[in-house]
Amino acid sequence: MSMGMSKIVKTVSSVVFPFIVIYGLYIIAHGHLTPGGGFQGGAVVASGCAMLLVAHGSIWTIGKIREKQLSILESTGAVAFILLALLGLVFGTVFFKNFLVGNKFLFGEIPGYLSRVANFNTGGVLPLMNFAVGLKVIAGLFAIVLVMAYATSTFKKGEMEDGKR
Amino acid sequence: MLKRDFAAVIFFTVVAVFFVFAALLTHPFGSPDNPVMDDYIIHNTQTEVGANNGVTSVVFDYRGFDTLGEATVLFTAVAGVILVFRRLKK
Amino acid sequence: MIYNIPYLAVAALILVGLYGVVFKRNLIKMVIGVTLIESGVNLFLITLGYRKGSTAPIYTSSPGGLMSLPVPQALTLTSIVIGVAVLALMLSFVVYIYRHYKTLDARKIGGEDE
Repeated sequence: MSMGMSKIVKTVSSVVFPFIVIYGLYIIAHGHLTPGGGFQGGAVVASGCAMLLVAHGSIWTIGKIREKQLSILESTGAVAFILLALLGLVFGTVFFKNFLVGNKFLFGEIPGYLSRVANFNTGGVLPLMNFAVGLKVIAGLFAIVLVMAYATSTFKKGEMEDGKR
Repeated sequence: MLKRDFAAVIFFTVVAVFFVFAALLTHPFGSPDNPVMDDYIIHNTQTEVGANNGVTSVVFDYRGFDTLGEATVLFTAVAGVILVFRRLKK
Repeated sequence: MIYNIPYLAVAALILVGLYGVVFKRNLIKMVIGVTLIESGVNLFLITLGYRKGSTAPIYTSSPGGLMSLPVPQALTLTSIVIGVAVLALMLSFVVYIYRHYKTLDARKIGGEDE
């Protein structure tokens, strides 16, 4: 677990990982048109990152990214979500008001009554909230798996990571 | 030991009878009781929110406060796990 | 009685999970029992909002007709995420208990059975 698997597994997982990330980001970005959204797409990308962790070993992965950077990413997602809710209080009248419906600049169109065509420019404040929650879920789930895998790895003090002293 | 096992069996049997009884007395599967709020949401989600997805508009617009609570629970879980394993590695 | 089979399946899931929590001694088996109870509750929330002959409440390329209720599906999303958080915290506490007591037996920790 702490040293990783063979070279074939490492190469194949590094090749497949960008496709998983693109699939997860597609699910997050089209959350207001198709089934999906922030939580579901974030879970897909986090499981792709967990596949990288299992293939390369926890010692190599924690050399690449520390949990402090993941904590900063997660806090950014949470602050962006609350900022969008407070902007609804400033521009509208209530907390969490959808203040971007009907304007001409950003995600403001309204689909017709009972229309079955998917228009990406609709949704109001929903796509921005999807990105904030997706970032929070990716960073949070990957931080949980990484900390658990690193803290329970079994190597003694004074040994290098491939068994030599 | 024997008294504790006897009490556990009695408790489990009582709870099992209650659950099966409640599952048979719920409304028939396929006709909910009073869908007035959900019919309003289905009819008005394209003009008020502007999204095609009814479930996402409920999660982020009509009931956005519950999503704020859920984000707080996820943050608390990550903080608790990192706290436990920081003491363990030292 | 034949029309309430999803609710009987929910009751079976919750009872199997409750059996794992009450009658088993290993801590990991208790954690699995709690996860089974949580899965049963999520299934119950989804099957409450079904209308006979309806499709998903999404307008993109929908075939028309009735739509099922969207509010229980939104509540189930929240419940699944909370289940993941509870499972992560339970497993980290089990690891901590094992490092301290050197055993996973629920009757031997806490100084109850000497």
